[in-house]
Amino acid sequence: MTEILSAAPAPASPLRLFWREFRRNRLATAALAVTVALALLAAFAPLVAPQNPYDLAHLSLADARRPPGYLGTGGYVYLLGTDPQGRDLLSAILYGLRVSVEIGLAAGCIALTIGATFGVLAAYAGGWIETLIMRAVDLQLSFPAILLALVLAALLGQGKAQLVTALVAAQYAYFARTAYGAAAAERRKDYIEAAMATPLGAGRVVFRHLLPNCAPPLIVVATVQIASSISLEATLSFLGLGLPVTEPSLGMLISNGFPYMMSGRYWISVYPGLMLILLIMAINIVGDQVRDQLNPRLRR
Amino acid sequence: MSAVLEVRGLRTEFLTAAGILRAVDDISFSLSAGEIIGLVGESGSGKSVTGFSLLGLIDPPGRIAGGSVRLNGAELVGMTPGELRRRRGREIAMIFQDPIATLNPLLTVGQQMAMALAAHERVSTKAAADRCTEALARVGIPSPRARLSAYPHEFSGGMRQRVAIAIALLHRPAVIVADEPTTALDVSIQAQIVAEMRSLAREFGVAMIWISHDLAVVSGLASRILVMYAGRIVEEGPAARVLRDPRHPYTCGLLDSLPAATAPGVPLRQIPGAMPSLLALPPGCAFQPRCACATPDCAVAPEMTVERDRSWRCFHPAGVASERVAS
Amino acid sequence: MLGFVVQRAFQAFVVMVVMSMIVFVGVYAVGNPVDIVIPPDATQAMRAEAIHRLGLDLPLWQQYGVFVWRLLHGDFGRSFVYNMPVLDLIGGRLPATLELVLISILFATGVGVSLGVYAGVRPSGLVAKSIMGLSILGFSVPSFWVGLILILTFAVSLGWLPAGGRGETVEVFGVPWSFLTLDGLGHIVLPALNLALFKMAMMIRLARAGTREAMLSDTVKFARAAGISEGTILRRHVLKLISIPIITVFGLELGSTVAFAVVTETIFSWPGIGKLIIDSIGVLDRPVMVAYLVLTALLFVMINFTVDLVFAAIDPRVRSGKTRT
Repeated sequence: MTEILSAAPAPASPLRLFWREFRRNRLATAALAVTVALALLAAFAPLVAPQNPYDLAHLSLADARRPPGYLGTGGYVYLLGTDPQGRDLLSAILYGLRVSVEIGLAAGCIALTIGATFGVLAAYAGGWIETLIMRAVDLQLSFPAILLALVLAALLGQGKAQLVTALVAAQYAYFARTAYGAAAAERRKDYIEAAMATPLGAGRVVFRHLLPNCAPPLIVVATVQIASSISLEATLSFLGLGLPVTEPSLGMLISNGFPYMMSGRYWISVYPGLMLILLIMAINIVGDQVRDQLNPRLRR
Repeated sequence: MSAVLEVRGLRTEFLTAAGILRAVDDISFSLSAGEIIGLVGESGSGKSVTGFSLLGLIDPPGRIAGGSVRLNGAELVGMTPGELRRRRGREIAMIFQDPIATLNPLLTVGQQMAMALAAHERVSTKAAADRCTEALARVGIPSPRARLSAYPHEFSGGMRQRVAIAIALLHRPAVIVADEPTTALDVSIQAQIVAEMRSLAREFGVAMIWISHDLAVVSGLASRILVMYAGRIVEEGPAARVLRDPRHPYTCGLLDSLPAATAPGVPLRQIPGAMPSLLALPPGCAFQPRCACATPDCAVAPEMTVERDRSWRCFHPAGVASERVAS
Repeated sequence: MLGFVVQRAFQAFVVMVVMSMIVFVGVYAVGNPVDIVIPPDATQAMRAEAIHRLGLDLPLWQQYGVFVWRLLHGDFGRSFVYNMPVLDLIGGRLPATLELVLISILFATGVGVSLGVYAGVRPSGLVAKSIMGLSILGFSVPSFWVGLILILTFAVSLGWLPAGGRGETVEVFGVPWSFLTLDGLGHIVLPALNLALFKMAMMIRLARAGTREAMLSDTVKFARAAGISEGTILRRHVLKLISIPIITVFGLELGSTVAFAVVTETIFSWPGIGKLIIDSIGVLDRPVMVAYLVLTALLFVMINFTVDLVFAAIDPRVRSGKTRT
């Protein structure tokens, strides 16, 4: 039965075909649009935000913790209200988004590079190097990332670089395992064995054959891991282990608003939270669709 | 002889994003008690879908779009799922290509056989064990009682397929659809299974539809052969005559590509090209783009030509044309 | 079977040794806890005395030796901050975490697997789509934010359930439990739900993917061709086929739920070991950190070991030494 259905018209370029299939899922297309829009908002936050939340000259404590739509002393309408320091919440959210995206991307990309390097190295080298790397990776994978990130963030102290280090250490293993899986499968094929026998083989094998074969699964893992770094960063910041208070990410904003929640000033926590969820969910939906499309077992 | 299975104008369609795909198009044949027919074609010709359609096992987005399947006189097309289920396994059974995939690796053979038994009969555990032992013994599995508590991975490929056959035979169905049952097996085992199936069919009077891409396997087994191409039957007739004196160019191509048809050292002949997509069939005869005999006439779809006990769907049948030239 | 158990037990032992080293070096390499235990105006002599008393003047490998020696005698040291044996400190908090984690994961698995199997059987229905929407939501929303919303909705706005604490407890075998009293049960609902949501999303996905794959398998087709009813196929074949990945994930998630309890316990002021470790991290209370990490590692290793054994019990192929697929 399946063989008949796969006898579709001759394929165009694989990328275009991929995009055509992707576009058929309207939810995923919308999620992709949201992801791109949020990334642009984050990149251009200083131009888009009505206020610079770090500029102390703008802040007045008289305007602190005001509800959404409040008309401030400066004649300025706070669309989403203000936070405990009297900052415009909308602006704080946009700047917070910028910090969250920045950290998520940095952690994701560095973890991808390190993880893919380890994974491909293990698959290429084989022998004791393979055993050593993959044992370490498997050991780490049996522990939840959040615990590792928590301890590292606590030990390294506050700051962007420290936080990214903690996130990378917690997540590189996922990339390593994925890259290893794809590369090892390819490595066992005869033509690679043959290429390895020639002196010019090594670089060619790694860059022409092993890495390209790891790319599709790595892309899927990367989307998931970027979303999860953003979530992890927010969690750590919420627990007070992430970024310094001077540069609040979305998680920090939520944490700042937590004490006021009990007294009904919900917006300080809820709006940054909604932004955070929108961001993570959009990335996850895109990642889901890409994974479904790349998974040969669900294909018909 | 009365027909146990009577198929008329069967059509099965799949709804795909690119349009309606007609996987089985106007298939008709009948099967007498104890008869074995071979359903032959390349992958994608629709032979497996035909098999599944007979049992009413077409899942959405597929559906049986028309025609009639009468089993022991009862019409299966349009029957409720419950009534169909009560007939499956009891009156018509099916075995599959890959015995590793068909048996559940996590249940013992005895558990799986008992499940199949309980689907149609209420039997005590003791009686079920006896029946299953007997069924395993019938298909030639040594020490069947002890093997009931074994798991599928403890059997060899051929033995696993025997277990599947034993399950199919549990309720002594009138018809068994065998979908490439020997393709995944070693050649030596293939011959054993084929011989086993032939004797079982004779012994129990089970009629069989043997689906295969391999004319060589079918030739030693079937009394009649149906050749399918792109969802349609292109040639039908008694096995010996179809094999010795094929009419349709596609059947000729299949026969030519058999290793036995070629002298040693000469490259095997192939049918040029590949089967067209069922979504983009050429107008007229579907085989025309690959056919050496094609002429402008072939732009119109040929009807079945019936001659005594055989028929074909071609304007330029092989044996007939040469006879005409000769006369 | 015995060889299998011995082999896995040895692996578990090696993992524990490696983990204890990493944890020890990791935790002891950073910061100086002496500053916490001595008054800021302490003299150099007092400082040196404190360092000596805590054994911090020894080389690291000797400190590790002392640590392991004590560990083997059930001595995890004393908390710098609470000034009591760490084991007592953790032991007192452990039941709270255990009941929270177990209730959450059982709930998550029960509900998640049922919903996932349903969505897998009828993948194109509206219900299935809603279930998958729920699972994407549960996957994406950070757990701490869910906690906030639960508190805001059920504690602050509706006032139905308490926002924090364990409530009334009952002692069984000398251990206090919340879930046995009505008040305690009320207290545990929100944190347990909070902790369960992410796991439930995961179980839904897993069960759905497994069910979809199983429903398309030849095993199911063959069972259908034999006239076996859909209900029986679902109960006997599909549930059995998807049980292996579900048990794996259940085991792994049991451990990660203990880790995630850190967040939930902090939000709901649940007095378990998660809250303890966060507090200890804040003040660099090394013995507590090390003990928590080593015990968690032990828990993980034990869970993995158990999962392997359960595998062997379910999958005959593993039992007989063939690779599992």
